[in-house]
Amino acid sequence: MDSSRRRVLQLFGISSLALMTRPVYNALATEKHAQKAKEQMIRGDKALTAKQWAMVIDTRQFESAEDMEPLIEACNKIHNIPHFENQRHEIKWLWEDHYHNVFPGKGARFLSEAVESRPFLVLCNHCENPPCVRACPTQATFKRASDGIVLMDFHRCIGCRFCMAACPFGARSFNWRDPRPFIKETDPKFPTRTKGVVEKCNFCAERLAEGKLPACVEAAEGKLAFGDLYDPDSEVRELIKTNYTIRRKQELGTEPCVYYIV
Amino acid sequence: MLELALKGTKRYYGWMTFLVVIIGIGFLIYLKQLDFGLGITGMSRDVSWGFYIANFTFLVGVAAGGVMVVLPYYLHDYKAFGRVTILGEFLAIASVVMCLLFIIVDLGQPMRIFNVWIYPTFHSVLFWDTIVLNGYLFLNLIIGWNVLEAERNNVHYQAWLKPLIYLSIPWAVSIHTVTAYLFCGLPGRGFWLTAILAPRFLASAFAAGPSLLILLCLIIRRVTNFDPGREQIQSLAKIVAYAICINVFFFLCEVFVVFYSNIPEHMDHLKYLFVGLHGKTAYVPWMWASFSLMAVGIILTVTPITRKNEGVLAVACTVIFLGTWIDKGLGMIAGGFTPSPLHHVNEYIPTLPEIVIALAVWATGFFILTVLFKIAVGVKEEVQ
Amino acid sequence: MKDKKLIVTGVIIFLIIATFPFWYNRGKAAPMPELELTAKAKAAKVCVRSTEYMRADHMQLLDKWREKVVREGDRIYVSPSGKQYNMSLSNTCLDCHSNKAQFCDRCHDYASVRPYCWDCHLDNSKEKT
Repeated sequence: MDSSRRRVLQLFGISSLALMTRPVYNALATEKHAQKAKEQMIRGDKALTAKQWAMVIDTRQFESAEDMEPLIEACNKIHNIPHFENQRHEIKWLWEDHYHNVFPGKGARFLSEAVESRPFLVLCNHCENPPCVRACPTQATFKRASDGIVLMDFHRCIGCRFCMAACPFGARSFNWRDPRPFIKETDPKFPTRTKGVVEKCNFCAERLAEGKLPACVEAAEGKLAFGDLYDPDSEVRELIKTNYTIRRKQELGTEPCVYYIV
Repeated sequence: MLELALKGTKRYYGWMTFLVVIIGIGFLIYLKQLDFGLGITGMSRDVSWGFYIANFTFLVGVAAGGVMVVLPYYLHDYKAFGRVTILGEFLAIASVVMCLLFIIVDLGQPMRIFNVWIYPTFHSVLFWDTIVLNGYLFLNLIIGWNVLEAERNNVHYQAWLKPLIYLSIPWAVSIHTVTAYLFCGLPGRGFWLTAILAPRFLASAFAAGPSLLILLCLIIRRVTNFDPGREQIQSLAKIVAYAICINVFFFLCEVFVVFYSNIPEHMDHLKYLFVGLHGKTAYVPWMWASFSLMAVGIILTVTPITRKNEGVLAVACTVIFLGTWIDKGLGMIAGGFTPSPLHHVNEYIPTLPEIVIALAVWATGFFILTVLFKIAVGVKEEVQ
Repeated sequence: MKDKKLIVTGVIIFLIIATFPFWYNRGKAAPMPELELTAKAKAAKVCVRSTEYMRADHMQLLDKWREKVVREGDRIYVSPSGKQYNMSLSNTCLDCHSNKAQFCDRCHDYASVRPYCWDCHLDNSKEKT
């Protein structure tokens, strides 16, 4: 009895000593790292900011797939998106599809001919309640608190593809194999991806940081609008106010931030 | 006790060698998958989970099914099951190991797997799934091993095991519930978005798990001097009979809700599986085979004459195991992804490398199962 | 202890295998790598931090950079001396050290580390050297 108590006390003593080593080490080490405190990491002065970025697509101004090509091309180019012949391995950030695919369940029986034949632009909706972020087990995909963009941290993604199952919009792609040999022309300013991670549209976060609008918006020459959903004077809010807009699968409560003027 | 697994007949070593060869081949192909990426599988942008996750889901059920011998023995003091509880627990261990392996082979970046615990994410069901699966693995290891060792030494097992045993019972339910939640909490996947998914998973688990256990008991009786017992097998058969009936009943509930409500986004998945959609019909024969097998299983296990005949019972258990495997292993995952969120139908067909890797995971599970059962049976033979 | 001989033999074999790299490579230690600085790097004299710090801790710095850039969107690094840099491996680090093979790789090879940065980040130096 007595000896066991002594043993416990000894253990306590040794453990508390062990706990002290770290602060002592740090105290001694501060001198070496004195300059550490002075470094800073900041956002650039030119960076565009918003509470929640949103996009309005004026689908009336797109008549055929050719109208969309420059937008998709611009996106593919600056993001080093590979092109696979094998459909199973496809990677898509921004693409076009038919009305009844983009808005399944919203098709009228005798749909307006214009809408039926018109291509619709599809991309990540950067939802306000993103199910993919809820599903991700490592926070590799996350909603950036500063501006509401749903982003991917490719360094952290374990490739479980739970986010792909969770996304109701089919916005995500997986790198089934090394994408590099399938990139026509690599843009040195943006990294490629490695096999085994998920990727998707990032609302051109890297361009916003430099004060530029997303590449597709720039290439659209006014057919797309981009701005802060929570700024009542923004262009997107103005368009939403003055036009009838719809969103994809609004009934699921994810609050998509891409609006379509039909 | 491990030494019991080292001494065996030629047939035992032959079987183990056979398993090791399959594991070896599968491992080589897995190395290829690591190098090339998951593109060697049949998975695609639209069907982003396939054979691996399907087998994982099915095996979580087999693992949970082990509780069907633990619960009557420890909670209802049903003494007869004392002879087979250890088999249920060891089956659970082997199944959970297979589940974890199936998760690992499905990852795009398996070397980063510890990110799940480095960045614990409480709103992710997958995080909780790793917790409950590993927890269940350790519970069964601790309980099974200690109870068996106590039996060998002719003493009562340690008192501290009792709470763990009680905990393992709801824990078994939790592993399959959480696994169902992986699927049924996702918006926009009409096939899975149903509250009956977890109950249905459990029902099929309690049919598939005990079915496999009956088959294993029959094999053990044949190849060893230990007889798990006729009464034990018959009691298990009744459990299988109830569970498979409930499983099919739950499925029919789903069919009623989906088709009577007539909501396209829910109907399309079932249509795809059972009659084909947009001309794509790869799964149709499989799904009808699955439900025919389950129907045959119901007839054979519910009818007393056939159930009591152990030869027929073996057939019944085989068809039930196969039927539930097709239903959960093939249809549940592919059916949930087809049609895609943009309503395209891109069929998923597993590739050969994918199937071999899956076979190797099964072989690993059976290797572990054989070792564990060898030990358990060895102890039982000693005690007799 | 009837298996004494067997056990001792086993232990000896284990020790031989475990120490294999030491006696196999004795006297053949690889020379310290010589790192080459590009003209641009030489002219700049100082990196984003002191040479001593960079040599020892560049990986921690890069890790901090990636955390900030990817997750928080802060892309400008203000060094202790007050100078600003764009936090980018391919476009800032490799802009000066545009000789990855003679700079990064030499030391990484020597230390036998294989950072997977380059699986995604482009080695833009290729055309320059």
